[in-house]
Amino acid sequence: MSQTEKTLKPVSGFSAFVQNFGLPRLIIAGFLLLLFIAAPFVGSNFFTQLTNTINRFSWNAILVLSMVPMVHSGCGLNFGLPLGIVSGLLGATISMELGFTGGLSFLMAILIATPFALIFGYGYGHLLNRIKGGEMMIATYVGFSAVSFMCIAWLLLPYRSPNMVWGLSGKGLRTTITVEGYYDKILANFLKIEIGSFSIPVGTLLFFALLAFLMWAFLHTKAGTAMTAVGSNPTFARASGINVDKVRLQSVIMSTWLGAVGILVYQQGFGFIQLYMAPFYMALPAISAILIGGASVNKASITNVIIGTFLFQGIVTMTPTVMNNIIRMDMSEVIRVIVSQGMILYALTRKQGGSK
Amino acid sequence: MKKQSQASGAGAVARFLRQNSVPLMFIIICAVLIPISGFSAGYLINEIVTRMGRNIFLILSLLIPITAGMGLNFGMTLGAMAGEIALILVSDWQIWGIPGIVLAMIVSIPISVGLGLLCGKILNMAKGREMVTSYITSFFIGGVYMLVVLYMMGPIIPIAHSSIKLPRGYGIRNTVSLLSMRQSLDNLLAIRVLGVKIPTLTFLIIGLMCLGIVWFGKTKLGQDMRAVGQDIQVARDAGIDVERTRLISIIISTVLAGFGMIIYLQNMGNLSTYSSHTQIGMFCIAALLVGGASVEKASIGNVFLGVILFHLMFIVAPQAGAKITGDSMIGEYFRVFASYGVITIALIMYETRKRKAKLMAGRQLQLAQSEDVK
Repeated sequence: MSQTEKTLKPVSGFSAFVQNFGLPRLIIAGFLLLLFIAAPFVGSNFFTQLTNTINRFSWNAILVLSMVPMVHSGCGLNFGLPLGIVSGLLGATISMELGFTGGLSFLMAILIATPFALIFGYGYGHLLNRIKGGEMMIATYVGFSAVSFMCIAWLLLPYRSPNMVWGLSGKGLRTTITVEGYYDKILANFLKIEIGSFSIPVGTLLFFALLAFLMWAFLHTKAGTAMTAVGSNPTFARASGINVDKVRLQSVIMSTWLGAVGILVYQQGFGFIQLYMAPFYMALPAISAILIGGASVNKASITNVIIGTFLFQGIVTMTPTVMNNIIRMDMSEVIRVIVSQGMILYALTRKQGGSK
Repeated sequence: MKKQSQASGAGAVARFLRQNSVPLMFIIICAVLIPISGFSAGYLINEIVTRMGRNIFLILSLLIPITAGMGLNFGMTLGAMAGEIALILVSDWQIWGIPGIVLAMIVSIPISVGLGLLCGKILNMAKGREMVTSYITSFFIGGVYMLVVLYMMGPIIPIAHSSIKLPRGYGIRNTVSLLSMRQSLDNLLAIRVLGVKIPTLTFLIIGLMCLGIVWFGKTKLGQDMRAVGQDIQVARDAGIDVERTRLISIIISTVLAGFGMIIYLQNMGNLSTYSSHTQIGMFCIAALLVGGASVEKASIGNVFLGVILFHLMFIVAPQAGAKITGDSMIGEYFRVFASYGVITIALIMYETRKRKAKLMAGRQLQLAQSEDVK
């Protein structure tokens, strides 16, 4: 970021700003601003809207953060996020099956998900090392295959807990499982601030801040710098003695683990574990969020994550209520699809984010 | 290559197995599942013939972009959407039977060309990652399709009949009945052989299409496409307008996919307005790959073999799964897993081969250079 700013400084003025920030981002930010301004006029409470946006931000931020390591090491956008999500789901369900409750169940879910994420990430990373240059398409299908394979597993694995299996047959996990009594809002209610209709889930935000800080700190260590070097110029990195494959493997494992933790945080906010086909398209919102935040196919920072998640989730929460009131049509789904896919398309067709 | 295969018979067998591993795997899967499922041969043949008529045309639309080196065209979904819009309009105009289908095809052409042009332009901006880009494009246009069909049909695009409109007065219902043209293409000239209904006209159209593709490969444009597919740089040096050639290949594919979707839907007999197209690209691509095609090479033979094997698996898997485990959902999920798995494997094989070729080229260059030094 700082480098481009330096080079662009002489060309001051609005056009340079647009160039630096990207026109689509500007449009999206402007659109969101407009929604926030319009919200009070159409009768929806501004603070409720803001609360919803912040809530959704806190659920999704870590999933978006999980994009960062892989983008840094040049593996592209992590279309294989469902693989991480699947590890998280395994952690969640096994933790509940073993009978942990309350805060402990959340901790155990993370702990149990970790080995799965490491193993899956390891295999996935090795695979991506063999197919450099074609990561994104294959990542998509690795994710799909993993999710559809796990669909079979959810039915066959010997889960017994009556809170999770189908009541009638006594086996096979339900499509949605409530986490009530386990880790429902466990982070969100920690240090929660409430003023009237306005509330902030401080615990979740702190948890995200912790992980984001760790990620930031990691990227400034020697290993982190090596990762950035591999991403920006693999040949140069190899020449300076960095084991490119190993660094990429590390980044993929990190991304997968963050995906696993991300889905657990999402569940504690949302209140439900969604199994079977639910993780299928979860990668796409996270990808478009980080892109909206200013990342490109091979460049991403923590700031991109924060800005992007806020903008994306803002649009997702605001459009249904505000747009409905203005034009009396529920166009939120259409807007969400066009904005998010359009953003990914924009990033893919940019020359500077070019293929190596 | 040829020398090696002559060198040893065992090596040739091993190579044959490796090159055809995917079709062989599916033959084994089908061979195991068919007896378990307990379907009669007559039923299976009937089903397969129906599904061949339904799907082959759609899958044929994938061949030309593969020749042009643009990989599997996930953007065929765009053509499918164009076909759907055409069918909605034609069923609103209440034109029935064969004339309805022909008119729908005609109406779909300008929409397909427009969408193909857009998709081709986007793909030209994203050389080297056409597949993931065409995949996202199909989602993006899916959003635009929703905008058009859900909000513009009614107020902007006139829709007369309330039978296909949502009760609120604009937008199209979740399902549009195509009963008036259901299987009219299949039933015309249909013959029955030993209880198996053969949709002769559909097969005739498919046959013509195959001939058309073979003929197209021999034209100047077809040759250009093959050249572009082999090496963009060389093709450009030879004076071929690479961008234009790629654009045309995508447009042709989109138009054919539109026709294919109309043939597909007239067989089904109803149109799920918002979901018919979402899975179609994936299933067509999976079927083509099951037939032994790869990302850079596909033939008409692959299409036919693929449809037969893939759909055989598709028919028997749920039943077989239910027989084995007592839960029909397992077979259901298994066939989804198999579809995605086969695409994943094909993509991985393609990328590793590409990398190996690059490595070989590098090594040869090194060798040549070291000889120069000597």
